[in-house]
Amino acid sequence: MTRMRVMVGLASCGIAAGANETYEAFQRLIQERNLTDVQLEITGCNGLCHREPIVEVIGPDGHWTYYGVKADRVPEIVEGHLANGQPLTKWTFQEGELRDEIEAFLSKQVRIELRNCGRINPEKIEDYLAVDGYKAIEKCLTQMTPEQVIDEVKRSGLRGRGGAGFPTGVKWEFARKSPGDVKYIICNADEGDPGAYMNRSVLESDPHSVLEGMLIAGYAIGSSKGYIYCRAEYPLALKRLYIAIDQARERGFLGEHILGTDFSFDIEIREGAGAFVCGEETALIASIEGQRGMPRLRPPYPAVSGLFGKPTNINNVGTLADVVWVILNGAEAYAQYGTARSKGTKVFSLVGKIKRSGLVEVPFGMTVGEVVYDIGGGSITGKPVKAVQFGGPSGGCIPASLFDTPIGYEELTATGAIVGSGGMVVMDADSCMVDVARFFLNFTQDESCGKCTFCRIGTRRMLEILTRITEGKGAMEDLERLEYLAYKVRDTSLCALGGTAPNPILTTLKYFRDEYIAHVQDKKCPAKVCKALIHYTIDPAACTGCGACARVCPVQAISGEKKQPHKIDPAICIKCGACYEACKFDAIVVE
Amino acid sequence: MGAVKAPEIDLSVVDRIIERRGTTADKVIPILQDMQASYGYLPFPALQYLAEKTDITPSQIYGVVTFYAQFRMTPMGKHIIRVCHGTACHVQGAVRVSQAVSDFLGVKDGETTEDGLFTLETVACLGCCSLAPVMMIDSTAYGQLTQAKVRKILTQYLEREKAE
Repeated sequence: MTRMRVMVGLASCGIAAGANETYEAFQRLIQERNLTDVQLEITGCNGLCHREPIVEVIGPDGHWTYYGVKADRVPEIVEGHLANGQPLTKWTFQEGELRDEIEAFLSKQVRIELRNCGRINPEKIEDYLAVDGYKAIEKCLTQMTPEQVIDEVKRSGLRGRGGAGFPTGVKWEFARKSPGDVKYIICNADEGDPGAYMNRSVLESDPHSVLEGMLIAGYAIGSSKGYIYCRAEYPLALKRLYIAIDQARERGFLGEHILGTDFSFDIEIREGAGAFVCGEETALIASIEGQRGMPRLRPPYPAVSGLFGKPTNINNVGTLADVVWVILNGAEAYAQYGTARSKGTKVFSLVGKIKRSGLVEVPFGMTVGEVVYDIGGGSITGKPVKAVQFGGPSGGCIPASLFDTPIGYEELTATGAIVGSGGMVVMDADSCMVDVARFFLNFTQDESCGKCTFCRIGTRRMLEILTRITEGKGAMEDLERLEYLAYKVRDTSLCALGGTAPNPILTTLKYFRDEYIAHVQDKKCPAKVCKALIHYTIDPAACTGCGACARVCPVQAISGEKKQPHKIDPAICIKCGACYEACKFDAIVVE
Repeated sequence: MGAVKAPEIDLSVVDRIIERRGTTADKVIPILQDMQASYGYLPFPALQYLAEKTDITPSQIYGVVTFYAQFRMTPMGKHIIRVCHGTACHVQGAVRVSQAVSDFLGVKDGETTEDGLFTLETVACLGCCSLAPVMMIDSTAYGQLTQAKVRKILTQYLEREKAE
């Protein structure tokens, strides 16, 4: 008999925070104490990445969620809670010191896409079945025609969660109406935006819901073959997908005559090989076909001529997980959330200089400020939040003055940013907006496939100009040149990579032009980030002469007698920041 | 770089992979991934052999190998260090992390240490943004890094190597 279940959150974030060691400690101690009625399991990520490792204990005395369970906390939990039934409430969400904080993080969220994340064991199909898993495809196959499925998704207002925001039901209808015996479903799991990881979390925590979404899409458009294109940088997501596919085949949810009907469907996984542009649908198709991942001209759209020239429907991981919920709960239930044109919820990865970072799922219509302050708790450094970068390299910055903007596809686009994949990177006074723009351009010019001239050369020219500015070698004309190039690249690129690459430049120029001017005219970086424009000195009044800085300096630029103020030789200093990080007395001054 | 000697290339590895994956042109990426997993990199003779044995042309193979960041035609170190330079890591000091690894091991981005133990790479995003800055050594991610923490982790790896 199982008296208690212990679930350790083992998604990538948790593992990086030490959850494997936590799991091993539980395993060892449960065995040592011979607690045969305690079942140890794994689960995925519940989104509170800043409080990992997280452990759920479900027993006769209720459901307790422990946060920050490093291996050294395990003995006390095993002894107190598992063996003697006394929850260590001080470390729990429910009654611990951080209760209000966690409540604030969770209470404004609506979890549809993340409904099962951190609640079920992603490697056990039984757990998924226990939360109505594969009931949506059963409903489709036994009670609905493909047209009714498409109509339901259309009425829900669901729009593609990968970035472009195209209505999912309409996309399915195109693919259904395209003539052809062979059609394909592709799940785009090539999540490449730096700063966005919601797809990884769903794949690692709830892989079956993605498979079920693909089944529903396959039934709707009349396809019997699906591909999941997942980036190779997500080894754990891939491992759990392979496990899930095997389990679904064993149970007859994949294969011939699913649930005894005429519908057959199977799924093959293709691992990406490290090319950001393959997140673009036509490049992704080229990659599955074994070609260099270069986008093609549209039309013809993939719905007409896609993979191997056949009608193909491509959906993002999140869209597919949402579809399952829509079918189970109905279009109206989904459409009750959101705004007039952006229905339902969207998952954002709230990261950067934010107090409570993690994955948050909120209804459209919530303002940017509510997410940053109410859910995220504002800045982690105590310095005011300056801006939020939405949508990764394709997106833009929204300044704090526009934080009352409601989150929606059209609303964010009006500011120059985009909803995009859902990356929300919070910046404070220590973030240099010119450096951020340069960072994204460095990324896009590196990832440009090279097909379109303006994207290939234009992004490089823009990067050179930005680099010049961050080095204090820029001229005022450079700002105009940047804008000119930005519009040209945007208008002359075939795909969204080039078409949106200028967004970070255009929005930072629009909202933070003063920072550009400070770099160009005053040769100063107001955020003190750009290496060429700062120098490090030691404040003799604050320096205790402990020597910590001199020990970490990789180039021996710091000298001084013990217990006497030290000095940095600017001729040797490489401005690496090691001393700044090492000093416990705030004696290192950056100017 | 020069210290890493390429071992004798066992071409039967390719035979086994194409037996499992098939020989059609659309399978080129999975085949190359399997080859790289076996050899640690893509040896030129093995690529030539692949072109002989399948419908995949040498130009397609070379085109794909040079397009995708994952593929390498030179041997890698025993441990791959991937320093994340995603957005969240960038604003939290990823440059300092790379600097610390570089200084400690004496290699630049993309290089392998002379003893063949470590290859240093910069990657776009590892998806552990809330733990920024992050690096991954082989398949273990290390989060909330400082330069001191980086040195400590690398020292542990070196000590383990010495013990072996």
